[in-house]
Amino acid sequence: MSAAVEVRDLVVRYERVVALAGASFAVNPGEALGIVGPNGSGKSTLLKTVAGLLEPTSGTVRVFGRAPRALPPGSIAYVPQIEDVDWSFPATVWDAVAMGRFARLGLLGRFGREDKAAVQRALELVNMQDLAGRRISALSGGQQQRVFVARAIAQQPQLLLLDEPTTGVDAATEEALRQVVRSLVADGMPVLMSTHDLDRAAEWFDRLMVLDRRVLAIGDPEQVLESGAYSGIREHAHTHGHARTH
Amino acid sequence: MNHLIEPFHYAFMQRAFVTALLVGVLCSAMGTYVVLRKLSFIGDGIAHASFAGIVIAYLRGIDYYVGAGIVAVITALAIGVVHRKGRVALDTAIGVLFTGAFALGIFLMSRQQSYSVDLQSFLFGDILSVGRTDVVMIVVLAILVALVTALLYRPLLYTSFDPVVAQASGINAPLVEYVLLVLLALTIIISLQAVGIVLVAALLVTPAAAAYQLTTRFAPMMTLSACFGALCAVGGLYASYYLRSSSGATIVLFATVIFFAAMSYKQIRMLVSAGASRRAVLAGGSQDAP
Repeated sequence: MSAAVEVRDLVVRYERVVALAGASFAVNPGEALGIVGPNGSGKSTLLKTVAGLLEPTSGTVRVFGRAPRALPPGSIAYVPQIEDVDWSFPATVWDAVAMGRFARLGLLGRFGREDKAAVQRALELVNMQDLAGRRISALSGGQQQRVFVARAIAQQPQLLLLDEPTTGVDAATEEALRQVVRSLVADGMPVLMSTHDLDRAAEWFDRLMVLDRRVLAIGDPEQVLESGAYSGIREHAHTHGHARTH
Repeated sequence: MNHLIEPFHYAFMQRAFVTALLVGVLCSAMGTYVVLRKLSFIGDGIAHASFAGIVIAYLRGIDYYVGAGIVAVITALAIGVVHRKGRVALDTAIGVLFTGAFALGIFLMSRQQSYSVDLQSFLFGDILSVGRTDVVMIVVLAILVALVTALLYRPLLYTSFDPVVAQASGINAPLVEYVLLVLLALTIIISLQAVGIVLVAALLVTPAAAAYQLTTRFAPMMTLSACFGALCAVGGLYASYYLRSSSGATIVLFATVIFFAAMSYKQIRMLVSAGASRRAVLAGGSQDAP
């Protein structure tokens, strides 16, 4: 079986900062791979490079065998952190989720019955159907995160990338999102997701990766956490105090 | 009733009203993007930079729309490039570019023996001087801008809200932004004769900002903004006819009044609903009012 995502010797350098220094791993279809690592370990950079938002300085990223930007529109859904957008934008929950359909529709496609059904299904999956008409500026953090995930689902992507979707959300939202992700994975979706939450890693992910600009450990979540790879870099990060921007 | 149609007896007033209506609707509709993408300064910058194009066109004897259009589009694209590639803050880059181009315009103008009244009219707008070929040009450009905007409606909407995710999903967000900047440059060029360089940014920002106060979705905001724009443009032109005032300034003052009316209305509505829920709390003894 060929991998859904294949990353080899990935180096991403900003002006003076090396965000990723040779990361290699793969994500298989029907697998959720979790990424843990301290701030500045390159988690967001990695997700953005796999999404085709950043160009590798060297090394390769292949999604279904192709460069991310060479895939058909709608192939990759990226769920950013909720503070990355201005929620005062004039849109309802429905409007924001409907945007997930736009890439597929192209310029001339009609927003038809199929699109409406996809938006409705996505809203129901994250349990936001009753708030479809609410203005997005009136949502809580957990509800905003649900909207982002619903928009990604409405896109019907081949690959789902999530950047710390459980940070700053309530327990009910976290559990709802976990069930959504697990059901997508059960249907064969490859998922790559960063998180700070180590305690529930085994419930979220099939495999876990410890990242600190390189892949320090990857494998079964419980074994990886027991191996001490993560606590090791944590102390390292503390003593050296390296706070890098991503 | 006679008073209302009196201005239309003159051909130049008919042209002025057509121009005002088009400019009001187009500027205000495109202003929705300016306000939501926080581009107010770019509108002002492109308008000022186009002054160099106007002066060069005047000196060379070429059509002013061509001269101003070329300079405005180049400035818009340069702003986009600096924004994407530059290491200078966006507002700094715009500040450098537009003041430089504006100064070039004034420099070239000041070296002329006879000061041209024509050029001054571009600073403050002189809608009554719009000629027949000007109207044709304005109509053609307005239709072009409207068509491209309609075609790009969804990508423009998505990239206005969340350019990063839009791009990850396969939309070419940088290209959409460049096209928008060119559309804004053309909109500004169309509007210069009506409202002038100094005030065109107001027509791009104020009606959309007023509409933002009163709407919760994008399409209604754009529609309401266009209506406000039409109201300001036609109302302002009427008022300027009877008050013998500058058309551009009168149009912009109308927009300013509409903005403060919209803001006050929203504030009052919020106070009323807050008061109502407070009363409900006191009456019902419920403790969890927002």
